[in-house]
Amino acid sequence: MSNNDYIIDVKDLTKKFGTFTAVDHITFSVKRGEIFGFLGANGAGKTTAMRMLCGLSYPTSGSGTVAGFDVTKEGEKIKRHIGYMSQRFSLYEDLTVMENMELFGGIYGVKSKDLKERASDLLEKLNFVEERDTMVGSLPLGWKQKLAFAVATLHRPEIVFLDEPTGGVDPITRRQFWEMIYQASSEGTTIFVTTHYMDEAEYCHRVSMMVDGQIKALDTPANLKKQYNAASIDEMFRILARGAKRGD
Amino acid sequence: MSTLKVLIRKEVLQFKRNTFLPKLVVVFPVMMMLVLPWVTTMDVRHVNVSVVDNDHSTFSTRLINRIAANDYFTLQSVTTSFDLSMQQLEDGEVDAILEIPKDYEKSFVTGNLKKVNVSANSVNSIKGSLGNQYLVQTLSGAINEMRNSNAPVKNGELIAIQNRYNPTLEYRNFMIPGLLVMLLIIITGFLPALNFVGEKEAGTIEQINVTPVSRFSFTLAKLIVYWVAGLIVLTLALLVIWLVYGLTSVGSILIIYVAAFLFILVISGFGLIASNLSSTMQQAIFFMFFFVMVFMLMSGLFTPTESMPKWAEYLTYILPPRYFVSTMRAVFLKGATLYDMRYNFYALAVFAIVMNLGAALTYRKQS
Amino acid sequence: MKNQFLQFVKKETLHILRDSRTMLIALLMPVAQILLFGFAVSTEINNINVAVVVPQWCEGVRQSVERLSANPYITYKGDIAPDEIDQNLRSGNVDAIVVFTHDFEKIMNEWRRNGVSKSAMQFIMDASNTNIAQAGTGYLTNILASDVMAASSMVETHMLFNPQLKSAFNFVPGIMGMIFILICALLTSVSIVREKETGTMDVLLVSPVRPLRIILAKMVPYFGLSCINLTTILLLARFVLGIPMGSNLWIVILVSLVYLALALSLGLLVSTIAKKQVVALLISAAVMLLPIVMLSGMLFPIENMPSVLQPLSAIVPARWYIDAMRKLLIQGASFPLILKDFLILIIMTILLLAVALKKFNDKLE
Repeated sequence: MSNNDYIIDVKDLTKKFGTFTAVDHITFSVKRGEIFGFLGANGAGKTTAMRMLCGLSYPTSGSGTVAGFDVTKEGEKIKRHIGYMSQRFSLYEDLTVMENMELFGGIYGVKSKDLKERASDLLEKLNFVEERDTMVGSLPLGWKQKLAFAVATLHRPEIVFLDEPTGGVDPITRRQFWEMIYQASSEGTTIFVTTHYMDEAEYCHRVSMMVDGQIKALDTPANLKKQYNAASIDEMFRILARGAKRGD
Repeated sequence: MSTLKVLIRKEVLQFKRNTFLPKLVVVFPVMMMLVLPWVTTMDVRHVNVSVVDNDHSTFSTRLINRIAANDYFTLQSVTTSFDLSMQQLEDGEVDAILEIPKDYEKSFVTGNLKKVNVSANSVNSIKGSLGNQYLVQTLSGAINEMRNSNAPVKNGELIAIQNRYNPTLEYRNFMIPGLLVMLLIIITGFLPALNFVGEKEAGTIEQINVTPVSRFSFTLAKLIVYWVAGLIVLTLALLVIWLVYGLTSVGSILIIYVAAFLFILVISGFGLIASNLSSTMQQAIFFMFFFVMVFMLMSGLFTPTESMPKWAEYLTYILPPRYFVSTMRAVFLKGATLYDMRYNFYALAVFAIVMNLGAALTYRKQS
Repeated sequence: MKNQFLQFVKKETLHILRDSRTMLIALLMPVAQILLFGFAVSTEINNINVAVVVPQWCEGVRQSVERLSANPYITYKGDIAPDEIDQNLRSGNVDAIVVFTHDFEKIMNEWRRNGVSKSAMQFIMDASNTNIAQAGTGYLTNILASDVMAASSMVETHMLFNPQLKSAFNFVPGIMGMIFILICALLTSVSIVREKETGTMDVLLVSPVRPLRIILAKMVPYFGLSCINLTTILLLARFVLGIPMGSNLWIVILVSLVYLALALSLGLLVSTIAKKQVVALLISAAVMLLPIVMLSGMLFPIENMPSVLQPLSAIVPARWYIDAMRKLLIQGASFPLILKDFLILIIMTILLLAVALKKFNDKLE
């Protein structure tokens, strides 16, 4: 298959910290435009795997490409084509909403005219127009998360990595958040999202299930439920996670 | 280039938003330069002397009067026993004791001149030795006069002494360029040291690492802010020195700025390295604290590098402030030229390159 | 209740032990500093670079130059032309220049015979460094004119307490005073402000334990850590640097413990002022550093300061500790002699602690 169909294509990707194998030979592919759910219990190795895909961490072994670039060598090139939203809120709290957008837009080389347009567009969509000049530090958590997503997609990346984007967020904001995800997806952006809200998994086109550093299952939510004879993804997850040694 | 501009803007905004940093850069140097130069006197002007007079003669009285009349000394007491004077010395009331032996005046006549005894408290070795030196000079002048009243001997006559560049031997003039160096070390060293590691602790570095921004421009943007801050500190301090102490640089002010700029490059680069290598702000500050102490005490700021043991003296060659301190003093007080100071400039330039490369290289975007 | 307190102490101790890097730095840094500075820093001026200007060589000049180059305190840099004087001084190549007169020998002989004549030589000193200029004048006079101005035959000198004029004797108490206060203040202030920043402070404060206890529990392990530092520094000072220590080791320890408590209270006060770690760190390391070094008497004698600044130096706690340590360690003074220092340290500790706790409580309400 050509790189054009698969935006992520990795084989036997492994990360070891000393004797501990955080990610153990994972092999999978993500299609362009897909919403890909990357599930697993805490400590299963989701974040480590994701950090390798984003060029934040070197794989110990294995190979693969993200957006057509080699994850083992071309980390900096990958970064040009992706957006990333970390588990921990990591925008500058002492800068305003707009200043953060200008900063990251500028870093990705978005032209200032485009930037203004996109920023005001996003602000409007998020109902943020009035918060334009508010310090990010004083926003409520849900708003911060929405802003982080907006910033991650500001430069129209081919793929966005979202690490637990809805952790600690209220149900209404979560709902809005997923609307944003769908919108981005409909515009052609691939979404790679980790979550441990199993109901959210149902919103994904395909999901993978990580247990103890390995991918134990990967398919559409409907197929997985059928395969494991489960009523919900949640139930299926419990069946799979029963054998887990790590995590909670 | 535009990425750099965006990044610089971010750093400037963050700097300005901080409630403490702008004050630190403006108020701290001014306060320190207003107060500290007054403190820096090694001139031993207040040596308290106690005299043990065992002779009670005209000669002993003349010696005592000599001490009382001299500006450097304060005659604290005249006692009859050494133990009494010693008691006062232990209490800290007296710095030195002059003991005049019995039959001192008579010994002049017999020609077998007795010696007077000077005992100085030398816990503080500078004060002890300098005070002692003055006392001996004063006494020997007086004794010579008494011995040979026709021929007063003063060393100013045999030897003409010219104290060039600082005729009044004002110690403060020597220390002021040194204090400038300390201010720059503190401001442009500590602030960058906290910067990177601060982003690590806040988690924002993660969001930056996942962008294509190059580590060189990210580092450079941070450094530029501290370069400017350093030059502001320097300018403010120079203004205070001029307005309050009436001192201006004898040499070209441009050379001062060039040297200071090179030094700021060195120290801020060093601070960033400390920041990159630390995982918490506390570690970074400890790291810097250690080196700032070494810089302050070993690079010739307060004590001459040449009086150190050989191993320590060689060690000072790898301390960048060593070159800056001597350059600042030479240019500021003696009017040294760029050519005079060329080796110092070469050294600073090499350090600047090494430190800043180091700062960019120790910043790892990928682990 | 006691158990709760111990739990808190345990938690803080674990924090320290787990951050092994910080702990190592906090323990090793004072050792490195006291050794480095104790051995390396010396205020004694034992090298003066000297060049000479000789209009006419003669036996007398030759002998004088020979005496210069043989002297261990002088590095003889050769003879230079009169128009090279300024360049040599300016570039720092030499510290002093001896200019002999044309008829040097004749004048010297006249001096020896009847003690009156005109000058035989000129010393041009680089007085930008006043210490070197002053000491250099003394050395050069002794070397070149000792037979004419024999002072040593008339005055006998004794250096009390520090006969070899070791700078370490003066420096070690100073460095102790500085290291203890900065490290303790740094550690405590940061440990509290960090909890404020991460929000764990709130968790602690909503617990049924009284805030005062939380704060005290925070100070206990740092006090312990500082006691380790105190022990190593005293051992190094005694056995490696050869500081005499006097006879009152227990008083040294008592005064030091009070000083440690004072330093911790200072850290606590900083933590109530600072909201952010950056600020706490900058205050305890950068802002306090200069005043402590400059105003404590560590380097510059306090009695030389202008009278306006003397009260300013009186509020620097290190001043009193350094004074007490110099008296105890070097002079072997007895307790009554340092009673004043000791009382001032105690009063300062109580004041700092009271203000810090009050501010801390005010913040809560």
